[in-house]
Amino acid sequence: MTAHQKMDKADDRNRLDDMVQGLVGTPMDRPDGPLKVSGQATYAHEWDVPGMLYGVLVRATISKGRVTDVASDAIVGQNGVRAVITDDRLLRRPAQGGADEAPPQGSKQVDYFGQPIALVVAETFEQARHGAHVLAVSYESEGNAAFDPEAEDTDTDLPEDDQFEQGDLDRAMHDAAFTVDQVYRTPGHNSAAMEPHCAMASWDGDKLTLRGSYQMLNYNINELADALHIVPDNIRMLSPYVGGGFGSKLGISPEAVSAAIAAKEVGQPVCVALSRPQVFETTMRRSETRQHVRLACDADGVLTGIGHECLVSNLPGESFYEPVTQATHFLYGGKHRKLGIEVARINRTCGGSVRAPGEAVGMQVLENALDELAEAAGIDPVDLRKRNVPDRHPEQDIPYSSRRFTEALDEGAKIFEWDKRNRKPGSLREGEWLIGHGMAGAARVNILSEARARVTLHADGRALVETDMTDIGTGTYAILTQIACDMLGLPADRVETRLGDSDLPSGPGSGGSWGASSSGSAVFLACEEIRRAIAGKLEIDEAELRLGNGKAGSGQEARSIREILDGETLSAEGHIEPGQTLEEMQQATYGSYFAEVAVNAVTGETRVRRMLGVFGAGRILNEKTATSQCYGGMIWGIGSALTEELVFDNRDGHLVNHDLAEYHVPVNLDVPQIEVVLLEERDQWASPIQAKGIGELGICGAAAAVTNAIYNATGIRVRDYPATLDKLLAELPEA
Amino acid sequence: METTELTVNGKSHRLEADSRVTLLDALRNHLGLTGTKKGCDHGQCGACTVIVEGRRINSCLTLACMHDGDAITTIEGLGEPGNLSDLQTAFVAHDGFQCGYCTPGQICSATAMIEEARAGWPSFVSDDLSGPAAPSDEEISERMSGNLCRCAAYPNIVNAIRQVAGGQS
Repeated sequence: MTAHQKMDKADDRNRLDDMVQGLVGTPMDRPDGPLKVSGQATYAHEWDVPGMLYGVLVRATISKGRVTDVASDAIVGQNGVRAVITDDRLLRRPAQGGADEAPPQGSKQVDYFGQPIALVVAETFEQARHGAHVLAVSYESEGNAAFDPEAEDTDTDLPEDDQFEQGDLDRAMHDAAFTVDQVYRTPGHNSAAMEPHCAMASWDGDKLTLRGSYQMLNYNINELADALHIVPDNIRMLSPYVGGGFGSKLGISPEAVSAAIAAKEVGQPVCVALSRPQVFETTMRRSETRQHVRLACDADGVLTGIGHECLVSNLPGESFYEPVTQATHFLYGGKHRKLGIEVARINRTCGGSVRAPGEAVGMQVLENALDELAEAAGIDPVDLRKRNVPDRHPEQDIPYSSRRFTEALDEGAKIFEWDKRNRKPGSLREGEWLIGHGMAGAARVNILSEARARVTLHADGRALVETDMTDIGTGTYAILTQIACDMLGLPADRVETRLGDSDLPSGPGSGGSWGASSSGSAVFLACEEIRRAIAGKLEIDEAELRLGNGKAGSGQEARSIREILDGETLSAEGHIEPGQTLEEMQQATYGSYFAEVAVNAVTGETRVRRMLGVFGAGRILNEKTATSQCYGGMIWGIGSALTEELVFDNRDGHLVNHDLAEYHVPVNLDVPQIEVVLLEERDQWASPIQAKGIGELGICGAAAAVTNAIYNATGIRVRDYPATLDKLLAELPEA
Repeated sequence: METTELTVNGKSHRLEADSRVTLLDALRNHLGLTGTKKGCDHGQCGACTVIVEGRRINSCLTLACMHDGDAITTIEGLGEPGNLSDLQTAFVAHDGFQCGYCTPGQICSATAMIEEARAGWPSFVSDDLSGPAAPSDEEISERMSGNLCRCAAYPNIVNAIRQVAGGQS
């Protein structure tokens, strides 16, 4: 049985609101929790594969040029080293999310410092690591590498799809009552997922099993097959547990392809794990940005113009660029607009998706600029935003789907007691600490992605949910279980969800916040089909069918599911496709952030003391996991605001801070007891389960609330992120 | 090759391994105890935290052969599904994790940390350097700051530990 729905029109049936079991939305514990807290969940490097060898990648120590010689003979056959792989199929860089084909291959050409150029395979990890360390590599370096995205002689290009102009922004700026015209900079970021990328490859004849840490098996299997020059049918990928992704594991990456090639060549399974520095150097970085923002408003604070012109960077030939202006297009009104992205071509680690590509840094800066405009106009920052919520998309003239932006602003201001804040920058002090408050808006585009899932209701009244969808910490195991429980009327201990196996029906993968609504919709549709079959057996209309606690019926009568199935197993595949509602309505998620900081008047150190996020993202499928996602995003915002920064040396292009000691992600003491409020919402245009994405919304503007609070505390505008001590010290008020 | 006797979770193992093998790799690659995680291999993230002779350490920063005769507790020794420790149960209930990769290290670290605080070890945020430290949120956060969580489950990690350590919010 198959059930298909294309989102060509709204689905306002809100069926999940009527189910008897009532698990959807509740803070149900993750079903995968007991395995994770006891160390029994199998991540990529943790499968018991007999006869496994270890591979360690060798990294380039030049930024542009060619590998002329790899002295393999000097190490192969000694100290346990079995092989040195320099195959032309090795990946030079990972695939972009959704590439569905191999990224650039052939490691003789070097495009950036740290690029994998060879793999050393040995009996033990220690032998392979030593082999990789001593392997002599000769290069022919090209002298024309570009490292500085802002250098005058760096090549740039203008992606056609991301240049937008409407009206006359220069004129609007000239005529405005109040304006902001500022340049902001954000540094590069690394996802820094806790589990380093790893792949374990084993061959059985022509059949490859690859156990790895990947977010989107539906694309990864094709990328891997293309890279190896084999057919996807000969590959099985397994990623049931992924130790964090945040975009860094969207595409197939060098460890997978090198492990597969090596395992074939040596005739034994091979495991390749990236070291932490390799994670920083060879997986995706978020591009640094330079953002020129211009805002013009009238005397009432109503925007008349918005300019957001950005410079980002990537390797030559990469089609991905950080879509910085993504939310600027639709969030606020203003008739005169100029939005554009320019891409500098430089020899640094590949630029790609890092949590909320676009909004993570675009909203961060836009919301700083709004704060500056609010001050210029003498209008409360919350009020200023509310005055600029447009009725229709300001560029495309289409309506919005469900949008709870104004409510998020109001609710946040109320809970945070925003009206009680000190309004004069630099004037609230507690001992040597300067106290400040700031806020920002949140917005992130919503995406539905094609997804399939199979649900099987067994004769014993237990159900199985199956898809190649992944759970990267997002809560997929929980929410798919909850949807199946409610639709089939079963308690949670009678539903099992299996994920991360490419042999299962193809899901949407985890990325772009679409995972829950897309795979959840596929499970919902499969369950609807099973409900129809049960209703058929009872000879009632499916709409009248009530399923709860393993019993089925209508009205007062109820019989056990087992009795009704009478030995039969019912199985259905659900298939959801995006449709017209994505084109005809502007779909996004919205929210607000409020932060209180203390800045040390002596040292310039900033501590976040209080932080609140209020979010509207359609139906919340699990209050607990959704809240955790928001914590995560907001804390990434704290990192973006205060500490996170990839530092490249523009003399030779190497990444200076390629580990967790030098790239500073927030630690426990950097984070207060953050408060998250999830607004009640159903978005009928988003999906048949009225849910939207929430995994990335928490970061989309969060850093701005922190830096706006720093301004309120100190009177200092930091426009060059992160707001480290050195950027505050010189201008701090007298102690 | 070095011969090392390790007692892991009460069971003795005779390890025959390269002297370069870290305690972390001995557990994962030689003894099949993959609950202990490798997040950085540099002592920077805490994912590999285990308890050696009652003290929490980063197992990536020490060689296995340096622990001949030592008693080691890993996450597998604290509890298993169906028989979880109080902290493990609290981490599930409070959602003190997301991807779960740093979690065994967090829980081993917290298990030993609670004892350190009870034994009167002061921390950077302790007002009083003598006597046991009350498990305030700030004390918990400071003492757990060697265990990174990129999913950033920190508020819930604190909630879980506070519940078990008997602290007040």
